[in-house]
This record gives sequence, structure tokens and C-alpha cells, in this order.
Amino acid sequence: MTIETRVDGDHVVAQLSGDIDGKTAPEVQSRLLAALASGNRLLVDMRQVGYLSSAGLRMLLLLYRQVMAKNGRVVLVGVSEEIRDTMSMTGFINFFTLAETVEAGLAALG
Amino acid sequence: MSPGSPPAVGAIDLAERRIDFYPTHEIAGFRLRPGKPFPFGATLVPGGVNFSVFSSHAVACTLVLFQKGAAEPLAEIPFPGSFRIGHVWSMMVFDLDCETVEYGFRMDGPFAPGQGHRFDATKILLDPYAKAVGGRDVWGTPPDWSSIFPYRGRLVFEDFDWEDDRPLEIPIEDLIIYELHVRSFTRHPSSGVKHPGTFAALRGKIPYLKELGVNCVELMPIFEFDEFENSRRHPDSGEMLYNYWGYSTVNFFAPKAGFAATGRLGMQVDELKTLVKELHQAGIEVILDVVFNHTAEGNEMGPTISFRGIDNSTYYMLTPEGYYFNFSGCGNTLNCNNPIVRNMVLDCLRYWAAEFHIDGFRFDLAAILGRDPWGAPLANPPLLETLAFDPVLGKCKLIAEAWDAGGLYQVGSFPAFGRWAEWNGKYRDDLRRFLKGDAGMVGALAQRIQGSPDLYGWNGRGPTASINFITCHDGFTLYDQFAYNGKHNEANGESNNDGANDNHSWNCGWEGETSDPGTIALRLRLIRNAWAILLVSHGVPMVLMGDEMGRTQHGNNNTYCHDNELNWLDWGLATKHADLLRFARLMIAFRKAHPVLRSRYHLTNRDYAGSGWADITWHGTEAWNVDWSGHSRALAFLLCGRHARRGTVADESIYVAMNSHWELRSFELPAPPPGTSWHVAVNTGMPSPEDIFAPGTEPRLADQGQFLVQAYGVAILVAR
Repeated sequence: MTIETRVDGDHVVAQLSGDIDGKTAPEVQSRLLAALASGNRLLVDMRQVGYLSSAGLRMLLLLYRQVMAKNGRVVLVGVSEEIRDTMSMTGFINFFTLAETVEAGLAALG
Repeated sequence: MSPGSPPAVGAIDLAERRIDFYPTHEIAGFRLRPGKPFPFGATLVPGGVNFSVFSSHAVACTLVLFQKGAAEPLAEIPFPGSFRIGHVWSMMVFDLDCETVEYGFRMDGPFAPGQGHRFDATKILLDPYAKAVGGRDVWGTPPDWSSIFPYRGRLVFEDFDWEDDRPLEIPIEDLIIYELHVRSFTRHPSSGVKHPGTFAALRGKIPYLKELGVNCVELMPIFEFDEFENSRRHPDSGEMLYNYWGYSTVNFFAPKAGFAATGRLGMQVDELKTLVKELHQAGIEVILDVVFNHTAEGNEMGPTISFRGIDNSTYYMLTPEGYYFNFSGCGNTLNCNNPIVRNMVLDCLRYWAAEFHIDGFRFDLAAILGRDPWGAPLANPPLLETLAFDPVLGKCKLIAEAWDAGGLYQVGSFPAFGRWAEWNGKYRDDLRRFLKGDAGMVGALAQRIQGSPDLYGWNGRGPTASINFITCHDGFTLYDQFAYNGKHNEANGESNNDGANDNHSWNCGWEGETSDPGTIALRLRLIRNAWAILLVSHGVPMVLMGDEMGRTQHGNNNTYCHDNELNWLDWGLATKHADLLRFARLMIAFRKAHPVLRSRYHLTNRDYAGSGWADITWHGTEAWNVDWSGHSRALAFLLCGRHARRGTVADESIYVAMNSHWELRSFELPAPPPGTSWHVAVNTGMPSPEDIFAPGTEPRLADQGQFLVQAYGVAILVAR
């Protein structure tokens, strides 16, 4: 799992590649929370994420709640069809805004 | 997850750890501390997992941990003696990866079947309180029969966001129950939904259920079971036969992974909760069919999965010689009135009500729940009383299948404690007999239509104690009820010896499928008659999946073992029998439009509202005069709209005429209330769309004095 974050004003853009599961989710969580100290609009670029486990979903939901508490927004970009399907069937998808491209995602962040 | 690996989800830096979640011991490389006895099972705590298991007769217990799917254990951690309090072993284990760990127990104790003990420390046992089970993650995947631990406890996150959802608490008199099998409902290629045969696919069919108008689904067993239990090949056809329906529970707290599209990811809990939440949003309640009468372990020849190895003499009813009582017909009988097992059942139902927002439960072979540990029926069974008065279950529907395989039949006498409703087997049988034209049924029919006051009036239970049904998963579908005289169960591989013989069915003159238009028309009319009478009867109507579109099992009345088109609902029937589907939808709408059909209290045959009519009056081919004799096949009744809901709401008066004679009959009509005239809502003798009219569009009847009811016909009139 590699995690790259950059902060642009109050936008936080995080690029993830690898699998998000019980082992990698804590690191993703702490890195993104640290980045969110300086902004409340989070874009998670998931084009390179192949697998998202139950713990990964919960980590994203926790980030979502943190951002919401700061009146912010979360956009997930490039979520694979399989992950989108899983998110839909387990009820997580309703909490997130999804976008196909980073540009569209940034536009959705406002 | 091994010692030295990076900390997993929930792992906490020791410096931040609360003192009561601080490890105090280390065994097999795992950091531990004595656990908390309650709650039983595996519970996530800060930084770790609390494991708790009880056995009244074991002398030692070991926690066995596996990596998900691994053949050999990751670690075995014997519970230190100081970790046991009473009969409960508990331990907190830290730094586990909750997603990838699977767990079981070894129990050491006497192997003395004569005394009821069958401990076997070579077996790794499933925790009876496991909230999820691994090992049968994908439906129909052939298992590894050599596995030392085939059914594995798994950990679940109990953090689902229900938002504002809670059980719907629809008044029971307003329920219209739709019994379905999760896999059968969407597995057929014609279903047109993603991930057929799963909870997610059922969610995709919610619009269909809404359009049909039912407000409750009753799911056939969804607790973890093994479709490969006693699976076998048909001796002639070679077809694989499964434990398909699932009336054989492996674990009572875990939803069946194989029914979840996300089961392979271990997310069946979230998927089922999402389904329940969406059904609730659509105004549809969820009742679970629960099987507490026996378990999947069978008799002494069966596998040791869980209960047998953990505390055999506690969990099962045993003969003095230590053999298994078989009141369930399935090899063993769960010892439900042992106080420990009673608590497990209560814990289980509370969990499903609180954690899954389940609206009610239907108890398979519930008469067993009223037997004492030696099998004798109890006057005041403590389990039934406990469930009836439990605070968490306070708003749940409790429905009993009020008989068992040991000959105890309690329809009308099930110990109800003011709470329990029953599957009314007498309603089923009497209606079937009237519908097929048996003589002498009008007296019984009158009782059934009123919510069986002969069964539920004398004891003050009211019509809502009666779940009215003509068909259910057991027996013929409604289509087959009028297409077959006898059962045709050869496909089950038991030489047609299985399944019920008292079907009270009638093939209308030809056994099975026919191209004769007259026979087909008669069958479809009889099906409509069944829908019509069921939905104007007092009590709680229940219909079987597919009966609204003429689903057939080709004369098989016991399809428990078939993962094929005998069970799968062919959605093409919705087109083929579009007229019937329309009739069913409008019949449901009719019931919903008329509170006079849905009273919590029995009718009185008196005019307490001062309308000039009693709440119900009886008629025949002559108004005000019923032929109750043994050769009569005609009955009519009039419900006074002023008496709806005990006179608290105004409704139209409703007149229903039923003719099961082979000739048409003219029914003399009672005069409608002043200022109103009769309008035709239903006439099953007419071709579609004149067979039924949507509420509010019923045409006025030209001749207000009499009505011709077709041979084997039902007519319903409303006064406005």
C-alpha cells in the first residue's frame, strides 16, 4: 500500500494504491487524518485500489464522519465496479460522493 | 497477526490503553487478560477480542485460532484455570486482525453417552454464539470433507449505521405476509437482478413487492445452515439434492453467508442489514422463520459441530439411556426449556431484534418449545412465557407453527400469554376443502372467515392469533393445489414416500399440465377464489411466493432438497399469468382499502353501532337464510361498514358470496344500507379485467336484488 497526500488550500487529495484491508487501513487512516488537519475537503483517488475489505469500508466511513464534523466533503474517485458493487450491497455507498476522474472529483468537492 | 506483525485495526498503543484492557498474560505469543463472562461469544473490545463460552460439564477449554481459510490452526490457547468463573471460560486476546481470524474451541470432558456426555477434545467446535460463520461462504461450493474445522466462528463489526430505522411495528391486523425463500426468489435466470439468489438481489426486487402490496416478508431460514448436510445424488437422475430450504441450523446468531453476494468477503451481516433497512424504507416488515426445535448435528450418528461437543446434556433432550429424543423428526431435539438453552434462545432473538431490526419471528415446529426436558408438554412453558414478556421483543410478532413431529398438535391451544399467534392449520385445511367443492364445509368456513372464534374466541385471543394461509412452503403451491390430486415427489429420491398426503387438492379433472381451455380456466378461477377468500378473512393473511403468478412445482409438495427450477421462481410467469398477478395485486389493495376486514377483535354478530345491521350477518342463496346442511356448498356474508374497527372508523359495507357447487347459483342480495347501492368489486366468474376492479372504480350492479355466481365462483360487492 502506498499513500500519497497533497494539500491544496482546504482540499486534501490522497492517492492510494494497493489493497485496503485490516492490515493497511490503520495506516491509511492515520495518514489521511493527519493531512485533514489543514483542510476539510477530501478527495480519495482509488483508481489503483484493487481490494477494499470490510475494515477498509469502515475506515472510509470514519474519515467521512470526521470530515462531516468539520462541515467538509468527501469524494471517492475511480472506484472499481466490484468495490462499488460491494459498497452498494453493504449500504456504505450512500454516504459517499463518487466521481470518475480527479477533475470531476475536484469539481464535486467545490 | 502473528507476534511481531504490525498492529491491526483496533490495535491501540499500549500507552493509550485503558487499564482494564491492558494485557496481563502471554500465552503462545499472544497477549491476554482474563475476560468478561458476559456477553457470551466473541466481542470486540478496545485493542482486542473478548471470548466467552460456557459448558456445565466440560473440565477444560482451549481457544483455537485460525487464519481465515487455513487448514491448520494459527494458535491454541488453553484457558488458564484462573480465567474460569462458574461454568464460564472467558479471555481477552489482544492484537488480532478481526477480519482474518477464525476461532473455535476444544472442550475436554467425559465421553459417557449413557450419562449424556459426548466430549471429544480432538474436535474443534463452533461457538454457539458466533456472529458469523466461515467455511460455507459461497453457496454450492463443494466443501473440503477432510477439514478439521469446517464451520468457523468469525468476528463481526456491530457498527451498522441504521440512521433512523427501527422495526416498523405495523399493527398485526394490518399485515399481509409474503413467505419467500431468499435463494428461490431471485435465483432463476429470468429474475433480471445482479447476484441472483442473494440478499442483495432480494433488495433489487423491493419495487416488485411494493407494487404487489404486501407489507411483510417472511424469510425461510436464513441462519447459517449447510446446504451440503445430507446432500446426495438422486438414485435415478443423478441430480444433486441439497439441504436447500435450510431447516437445519448450524448456528443461530449468524446469517447464512451463502445467501450473501458479499459472503466471500465476510460482509453478510452488513448486506442483510442493508436489505432490512431498505425493506423498512418501503414499508415492508421482516419476519424470520427460525428453527429452534433441532440443530444440524442430528442424532448420535451425526457430526459434532458445536453443541454436542460443548455441552451435550444441556443442549439436547436425551432419553434415560443417553440417546436423542426426536420430536423434530430430524434426529435431535433442542432442550429449549433447560434454563441455559432458554437463555440462549432469548439472547439470540434479542440480538436479531436489536442488531438486525427484525420485526418478528415464526417458530418452526413450535410445539417442541413447550415440552419439558423429558418431552412432556408443559402447561406454562417458561420459554414461551419469557419470549412473550421480554422487553426487547416487546413489539415483535411471535408466530408459532403450533405442532411438532412428535404428535403434539396445539392449534387453538398453544400457550399464548397474550402474545403468540399461530399458523392456523385448520384454516388451511377447511379452506382447501371448501374451495375444491367438498360438501358440508360451510359451517367450518364461517368460523375460519371470522378469524376462527371456535379456536381463539373462548380464550380472548382474537382473530389476530390466526395466521390464515392456504399454501406455504410445505405442500403444494396454489397452482398445483388445483392441478394435482396426488403428490409427485419422485424427484426427491424417496420413491414418493416423503411429503404430506392430506393435501385436499383437486386436479379439476386432469392430473398435471393440460391444454384444455376449460380446465385451465377453472384452475385459474379456483386460484382467484383462494386469493379472494383469504384476503377478506379476519385474521392475518399469508401468501406463498409465486402464488400471485401461478408458480408450479409440477406436483411436488416437498421441494426441500432442490436447488433448481422446482424451487426457483420463474419471473416469466408474471407475463404469462399477468391477469392473475393483477388480480392478486388488486385483491391486496382491496383488503388495504377496507378496515372492516381487519379487526383486532372477533365479530360479535350483534349491532352495537346502531346501524340496523349486526357487524356480520350470514346469507346464502336466500338473503338472511343460510343452508348450513351437510350438502350445502354456498355461503355469503355481509360485513357492516359502520362496525369497522369496533365502530371507530367508517367503511363501506361488504358482501361476499362464495359458491363451490359445480353449477352456478343465484344469490338473493340483502338490501344495501339506505342511500347506497351494490357495486361489483370482484367476480371470479368473469374474464380479466372484469374479474376485479380497483378500489373506487367498481361498477354499479344493474340488478340490486340478486347476483349470479358462477360454478366455483366468488363475488364481492361493496355498498356505496
